[in-house]
Amino acid sequence: MSTRIAIVLAWTAALGAAMFLLAPLLVIAAASFSPTPVFDLPIGGASLRWYERIGRMDGFWPALGLSLQIAALSTAISLVFGTLAAIAITQRRLPGSDMLATALTSPLMMPGLVLGIALLQYFRALGLGNAWTALLLAHLVVTLPYIARTMIAGLARFDFTLVEAARTLGCTYPGAILRAMVPALAPSFLTAGLFAFLASFDNYPVSIFLTDVRAKTLPIKMLQYIEEAPDPTLAALSTLILLATVILLILSDRLVGLHRMAGTAE
Amino acid sequence: MSATARAATATMPPSPNRERRLAAGTAAPAIVILAALFVVPLVLLLIGSLLSPAGITFAEYAKLLGTSHYLGVIWNSLRLALLTTLIALAIGYPAAFALARARGAMRSLLLATLFLPLAASVIVKAFAWTILLRSDGLVNTVLITLGVIREPIRMIFTETALIVGSVNIFLPFMILPIYSVVAQLDRRMTDAAATLGASPVVAFLRVTVPLTVPGIVAGVALVFSLSVSAYVVPTLLIGERYPTLASTIAKAYLLARQPAFGAAAGVVLLVIAVAVITISTRLARFGGGR
Repeated sequence: MSTRIAIVLAWTAALGAAMFLLAPLLVIAAASFSPTPVFDLPIGGASLRWYERIGRMDGFWPALGLSLQIAALSTAISLVFGTLAAIAITQRRLPGSDMLATALTSPLMMPGLVLGIALLQYFRALGLGNAWTALLLAHLVVTLPYIARTMIAGLARFDFTLVEAARTLGCTYPGAILRAMVPALAPSFLTAGLFAFLASFDNYPVSIFLTDVRAKTLPIKMLQYIEEAPDPTLAALSTLILLATVILLILSDRLVGLHRMAGTAE
Repeated sequence: MSATARAATATMPPSPNRERRLAAGTAAPAIVILAALFVVPLVLLLIGSLLSPAGITFAEYAKLLGTSHYLGVIWNSLRLALLTTLIALAIGYPAAFALARARGAMRSLLLATLFLPLAASVIVKAFAWTILLRSDGLVNTVLITLGVIREPIRMIFTETALIVGSVNIFLPFMILPIYSVVAQLDRRMTDAAATLGASPVVAFLRVTVPLTVPGIVAGVALVFSLSVSAYVVPTLLIGERYPTLASTIAKAYLLARQPAFGAAAGVVLLVIAVAVITISTRLARFGGGR
């Protein structure tokens, strides 16, 4: 009896949480078809005019380009270095592996704004005036903990004797890593890369202190649009990003299974 | 590096010393990034919060911790984080169990609802809540239609709106860590408890819950530290009437040009985050060790 109540309770919580999480996304998708220039639900007719306006938003393309560059580059660099560090940590050949693991994942828990102001003062002191470089360096700190966390969890379950076997069979160490380890860890790489990319692409609190008039990332532009003139163009843009993510999630589910990705998310 | 690697493969089995050097080499770039772009800037921030033209001073901290206005600001941040974490745990814990039991398309769908919100900008999601919660918004309309309320309730720019939006944005970060622990639970443990005569409730409380403590702790630490420093959510959903440490820091740097005061507020926020993480890690060790 109590088991049955517990199961009902668990399912109520799960389905309730799912609807609660989807609610704002549905509102965004609905508002993107609004016929009026007010960010509102489309009552009395749908319109695609806001989709046409996305590309004509003031400063949209440079902001999108900057955000994509920073997110892709910082994720790629962190994937390489984060995975290398995770290998050293999980193989326990270094003294203080546990401490290093905690240190590498700790920026995840640190307030973004604090990292932002700390880096602002630091870069100023170093005389680094280039916003693009400053943003890339800052986003390395944003993406690295996501990669380190997921790759340490994934590698902890990986059988390293496979790498040793490949080396015995004549592979170099990098070759053995590439051929034996990388394919086996595909779900971890996908999860790590996805989380890190999204964390960088959507980052506001760190970037706000490092942008200048010419280099503004997309989230900073978006908050500016919402504060100045909240028309449904932003909803249209977000709907397109959501659509791309849905496709990505379906592909990931087919390729590796979302449950395997979620299992390595922590 | 590659020379070391080649040397290591040439002599089989490799000497432990070489392996250690190889491991140090592979970990080095990440350590350098962490030290140069995270540790050093934070140490400099701490130093900056203590410096004034006249020398070392605690004046900024005295202003933060000695005036009732700023104590209220700190309390606002803590209250937001506490409420968000507790509500997210209450929803997320049972939800993680259902998620771990789900199979096939149902599991994929539920997991997609956790991943998908991460792709929508916090800014746009917070704005969507302002549409849902305003007096002629969907939530009020539904409540009036159902006869729960007669007059629209004022929700937007209240603490209710703030907490609803905050839980909405941080809930996946509570469910995912708990789910990954629950999914790996060994069913035989509860079966063993039942065989030994424990009722389902006792088996759950004394076997299952302690086993999930690491997941709870990871989720609580993550959600607390994210929500205590949230900036976009309070700015859009409640605004000026609910000043937080995060908005104080942003104002000090972007508007008021008081970097020393902003740095001090940053250090206070940092100390809160570190304290929560340290305490929860201790609790995890204590709980998991039972």
